[in-house]
Amino acid sequence: MILAVLPELLLLVLAGLVLVFDMLWKDEAAKRNLGWLTAGGTLLILLVSWGAARPVGDPGPLWGGMIRHDWLGFVFKSIAIFGAGITALFAMDTESLGKKGEFYILLLTSTIGMAFMASSADLIMLFLAIETTSIPLYVLAGFSKADDKSTEAGFKYLLFGAMTSSVMLYGFSLLYGFAGTTDLYALAQGLASGALAGPAVAVAGLMVLVGFGFKVSMVPFHFWTPDVYEGSPTPVTGFLSTASKAAGFAVLIRFMLAAFPGVGGSGMEATLGIMLAVFAAFTMTLGNTIALVQNNIKRLLAYSSIAHAGYILIGVVAATKLGVTSAVFYLIAYLFTNLAAFGVVSIVGRAVGSDEVTAYSGLSRRSSGLSLAMLVAFLSLAGVPPLGGFVAKVWVFAAAMNANMIWLAIVGVLNAIVGVYYYLIVLKYVYLYRSDDEDKAIKISRPDALALGILTLGILLIGTIFAPWWGFADAAAAALF
Amino acid sequence: MAFPILSIIVFTPLAAGLLLLLVPGEKQNEIRVAALGAAAFTLLLSIFVYFGYDEGVGGYQFVEKYGWLPQLGVSYYVGVDGLNAPLVLLTGIVMFTGVLISWKIDDRPREFFAFLFILATGVFGVFVALDLFMLFFFYEIAVFPMYLLIAIWGWKVTREYAAMKLTLYLFIGSVIALVGALGMYFASGLGTFDMIALEQANFSPGFQAWAFPMVFMGFAVLGGLFPFHNWSPVGHVAAPTAVSMFHAGVLMKLGAFAALRVGMMLLPQGAQMWMPVVLFLALINVVYGAFIAMVQTDFKYVIGYSSVSHMGLVMFGLASMSRTGFVGAGMQMFSHGVMTALFFAAVGMVYDRAHTREIPKLGGIAKNLPVVAVTFIIGGLVSMGMPGFSGFVAEFPIFMGVWGGGSSPINTNWNFAAWVMPLIAIIAAISIVVTASYIIRIIRKVFFGEMPAEFEGHITSISALDKVALIFLATILILLGIFPSLMVPMVESGVENVLRLFGGA
Amino acid sequence: MDFFTEHLLTAILFSPVVAGLVLLFLPGEEKKLLRVAAFIGSLIPLALSLILWFRFDPTATGFQFEEQAAWYEAINSSFHLGVDGISLAMILLTAILTPLAILASFGISDRVKAYMILFLFLETGMLGVFMSLDLLIFFVFYEIGLVPMYFLINQWGSATGERKLWGGMVVPARTYASFKFMVYTMGASLGLLLAIQMIGVVSGTFDLPELYRSWTSLSGTYFGLDIAQVKTIAFWAFTIAFALKVPVWPFHTWLPDAHTEAPTAGSMILAGVLLKLGAYGFIRLVLPLYPDQAKYFAGAIAFLAVMAIIFGAFASYGQTDFKRLVAYSSVNHMGFVVLGIAAAALSVGTENAVIAMNGTVLQMFNHGLSAAGMFFLVGVLYDRTHTRDLTKYGGLFPLIPVYGGILIFTSMASLGLPGLNGFVSEFLVVRGAWPVLTLHTALSMIGLLFTGAYILKGIKSTLHGPVNKEWIGHLKEIDKRELLVIVPLMALMLWLGIWPGWLLGVINHTVTALFG
Repeated sequence: MILAVLPELLLLVLAGLVLVFDMLWKDEAAKRNLGWLTAGGTLLILLVSWGAARPVGDPGPLWGGMIRHDWLGFVFKSIAIFGAGITALFAMDTESLGKKGEFYILLLTSTIGMAFMASSADLIMLFLAIETTSIPLYVLAGFSKADDKSTEAGFKYLLFGAMTSSVMLYGFSLLYGFAGTTDLYALAQGLASGALAGPAVAVAGLMVLVGFGFKVSMVPFHFWTPDVYEGSPTPVTGFLSTASKAAGFAVLIRFMLAAFPGVGGSGMEATLGIMLAVFAAFTMTLGNTIALVQNNIKRLLAYSSIAHAGYILIGVVAATKLGVTSAVFYLIAYLFTNLAAFGVVSIVGRAVGSDEVTAYSGLSRRSSGLSLAMLVAFLSLAGVPPLGGFVAKVWVFAAAMNANMIWLAIVGVLNAIVGVYYYLIVLKYVYLYRSDDEDKAIKISRPDALALGILTLGILLIGTIFAPWWGFADAAAAALF
Repeated sequence: MAFPILSIIVFTPLAAGLLLLLVPGEKQNEIRVAALGAAAFTLLLSIFVYFGYDEGVGGYQFVEKYGWLPQLGVSYYVGVDGLNAPLVLLTGIVMFTGVLISWKIDDRPREFFAFLFILATGVFGVFVALDLFMLFFFYEIAVFPMYLLIAIWGWKVTREYAAMKLTLYLFIGSVIALVGALGMYFASGLGTFDMIALEQANFSPGFQAWAFPMVFMGFAVLGGLFPFHNWSPVGHVAAPTAVSMFHAGVLMKLGAFAALRVGMMLLPQGAQMWMPVVLFLALINVVYGAFIAMVQTDFKYVIGYSSVSHMGLVMFGLASMSRTGFVGAGMQMFSHGVMTALFFAAVGMVYDRAHTREIPKLGGIAKNLPVVAVTFIIGGLVSMGMPGFSGFVAEFPIFMGVWGGGSSPINTNWNFAAWVMPLIAIIAAISIVVTASYIIRIIRKVFFGEMPAEFEGHITSISALDKVALIFLATILILLGIFPSLMVPMVESGVENVLRLFGGA
Repeated sequence: MDFFTEHLLTAILFSPVVAGLVLLFLPGEEKKLLRVAAFIGSLIPLALSLILWFRFDPTATGFQFEEQAAWYEAINSSFHLGVDGISLAMILLTAILTPLAILASFGISDRVKAYMILFLFLETGMLGVFMSLDLLIFFVFYEIGLVPMYFLINQWGSATGERKLWGGMVVPARTYASFKFMVYTMGASLGLLLAIQMIGVVSGTFDLPELYRSWTSLSGTYFGLDIAQVKTIAFWAFTIAFALKVPVWPFHTWLPDAHTEAPTAGSMILAGVLLKLGAYGFIRLVLPLYPDQAKYFAGAIAFLAVMAIIFGAFASYGQTDFKRLVAYSSVNHMGFVVLGIAAAALSVGTENAVIAMNGTVLQMFNHGLSAAGMFFLVGVLYDRTHTRDLTKYGGLFPLIPVYGGILIFTSMASLGLPGLNGFVSEFLVVRGAWPVLTLHTALSMIGLLFTGAYILKGIKSTLHGPVNKEWIGHLKEIDKRELLVIVPLMALMLWLGIWPGWLLGVINHTVTALFG
């Protein structure tokens, strides 16, 4: 029982430690070390969890049916914790973030929420976890008080989030009303036996989808993404785009496949599936096409991550074991990739003082290491081997084909082509264009270098030696089938 | 465990490239020497593999297989047979000469060689792949470095446009082929990407009817098949010399080879259904390419379109669906690869000195660059299909294959009147004369004749390394022309393999 | 030694290439060394050819000194060499002319190395055609000879002269001539190439002796057509290719330019040997492989031959450029060759065929000698006067009597004076053709008349008449080296004129076996 929530407990302890050390270390410079503490702590937590708290078999509902200690939850927990650690590293040298203890605490708190989101098996637990995740994130988005855009981002995020949460909650309550239980797994039976009109359940399901869709930036609930991503301090954006999205997907996958197991079949549930597929198609297309015209790299990456959410949704929609495995694998690859991308943006943004794409001109001459990291990240986003993004995309499309949704695979493929275009354009700026500041080398601080190194290596590993990672994704999917 | 020579060949360039990235950028000479060393090593290994292959035994040799993603049937599976061993050798040759030719690059040579080597790894990987996933994996690796190589080091006027066009075209092609390949994976029911297993999969004719065009056309885009050839001349011209050599010399062969390996060998009935279309498209390539080459005024564009025409001959040979046609196609891939590498190297040397590629503005170069002139003439003779050189050895069987294609035992689906194939062969032969005329025109105008006054003193002679590269390439062309037995039996044994899959002969 | 006897033909064939490669490594500035080395190098094939001659058994039928090695097994083509009487004569001709041509080229001083190497490679190309017993090898050598000749004309051809092309572009005459030569020949041989491919596909082999047996006895339908139709098309493909080379009217238009603009030695070889490649193609390939078609179309071919004879003579007569005059004379003389071929085709199996063919082959040899001689002599005069314009000469005989005498001698051989070689071969052709192609032969007499006319015109303008004051004191007599070139030719011309049996006997045996 304890082992099931070991990561969360340890995260709580870590947060407490950070709080204590924040008080002890009064000096500004010393406070920066909180970042090391956070990063090191998360690493330790990961090691301990993997060593001692891996799920074994199917222990069934725990803690009164609130959570399930299965591989699905465990993998996503690890994703969230890893994301937090890397974000802490990137944030260490960011002006407004790195030296504030509150930042790290909020980060960790949000991570706890994500961890619970991943393993929630009950509607109420789910809502709690989502809120625990979101509220610190609202604050983190608006953390740079001096920056108007950040404040706007935070506020927008709050408003959107609150609104969608409430809709989702209403959906939850309707579901409870229909099924008579809040347990996700019992929900399916309850719905089947409740002999209720399909449309009613569908409406409830749709409302729930609003909340989840918001979290994963699915069209048409994506409107907050560009502004929030652009306004937030970049390390926070990185965290948002990866860990938070992953947690959202964890919830979506579990909910869709546990509560509506027939989503791949026929009937009302199938309609839900088709609707999701259409949303997925729109998500990819919208994300990619609008990214084409962006001049700000954070906005570009924001739309790009909307598009990637679309790709992942393909896997979810396929609703087969292969589909879920490919979606989880994609999320793992995407975690490393997007964190790296935003990490580079964070470093360059600091050095150059601008987030416009044109500011990246001549980057390759200022720092070949940064350029390489950016190359690896962007090519992985584009889906180029030997990087993780390639394998992820191939299998997501394969899953769609396998589930007889060839049209979706084709839409995905066409979108991937569009994506290649704008990623290459950015790389063109980095490698080809010149700027006047070329000879001023960009110094990369130790935590940044460490984080980028880990991420780049990770992207390469996921792209080449992918069997172990696929194994994890497979185990996660197996939990549902 | 036998010595993993193929894996070493595949990964040496990559390892070298990555290591190069760690060297400080200012140490330019060390970088070049290291790159040359890696290229020479790879070349030696590829020569070893080529001569180590036993045609008498046939089949796949130097095989290595490791599980990669066993849950889904993906493995790292490599091997050479008679068809890809010459291509592995070709890649080694082009890589080596490409490094020699790029000695003078002084804008970030480290990144240049690193990307070039990543490209080389991708190419090697595709040629030796026996697992479908692996083939795509390395295929894509071979496409993307082109973008950076052309955009950064290419010809300023068109490089950005050309780089993007090329990358998008090739990516689209490969993605279409990927969809077809994934379809094969699922339709076979075998749950594996192992191509040798898939050869026995017996796909239904209905499936093959749609899967074949996707796969073949997707790869044929890289092979420059009409009407998807547009990226090629533009890309050739914009790319720096070594990249053009790779592009025309090796990359386009990648497309044709993959089309053969994945399209024709795994979907033979689909091939039989669709080959008439390919035949006509290839015919257009051959003739149209030659005519367009004739009217170009930019030296490099002439050669770019000539590549389109000659790759058309490769497709032509494949589309003839006959043993001799296949043999010719295999030979033409190698012969044209070496020849076009030679051409681009020569063009690059002329351009570096004259700073123009406009034929009307050039002249009399042979006086100052005799080696370039002679080797270019040899390349030109190969291009014309002049007997005594490798071009003739390659083109002759292709035409014979088309002549005899109508009665080839594996052409079971076609109902052409018996005079159609010979007529097609005759029409294609027009290109030979057209090729001869534009090649002679270029040689006469650029290398002989009057040297314009502004070039006096600017046409410095080429370095020893350049000479080595040119003479090396020219010698291969001559040797292969005089002694076809150096390569033909090898290609033949590979063709046996292909014919078996078509059920005989 | 055994190696040589077993591979004598290969040795003859490739010794020029080896010599050329040796030359490659000699320093480019040592012109004298290069010239001498090239000359000696070209004597080797001559020596070997003489050995071949003496070891050849004139009484045996079929091919001798056969060598066969695997070459391109995938398409059933092997490296198959062999000689019979006809090819032996041609090989001898080539081997004799090449050293003489190289000797004649001692005056060239621009890029001697490249020149000599090209010349030697050219010799291999020509020898290869005569020796090959495999269609593909034949084609390889046939085409490959074009490349050195192209460069020889293009780079070392006549320095002056320009031609205007369509679109107003002006190019040097030699550029025009070489390009025309190359593209015309390649264009015509395209049909040859396609026909060879087709033969390979249909018969499954390229080996000539095999094809002689199997191709003629083929039947059935191929490519939707009856075999006879297929053969007719192939016949014309072959014919056009060779007709252009010979050249037969109206495919001769490349010749005047090419011969005129080529350097002296180039013209010697071009007229002396290269034209014979076309005729040889007829004899070796067209007649044996398509006997019925050849017989059927013999009249048409004879007609073209007669046109060549007549028009060649007329054109020659009308020239003011000495070299062009000689060039057209080649058209005229080769017309007799083709006439003989046509007659032989028409009357295969009879005595007439044998006689006509004997005449043809002998004429090939004779014309080789006399044309080479004539071009050489024109070149000698050009070296001294720097003009080829007949009107600028005049009464040179007293100034250069030795040259004059030689010129008259050679011209007479060209004209067909009894006692010299030209007469024998032309007589044989006429004798063989008369019974079967009476009208054609009669008409060709007109040509013969004008042959005399143009020869005499040439001699008259050059040697006789009032002395052109311009040249008094400025004209050097023919020197030792030049004598060395022309004297062997003269000797051969005389010898063949008085006693042709030594050559004719060998030829006759083969011809009788093939056409009798």
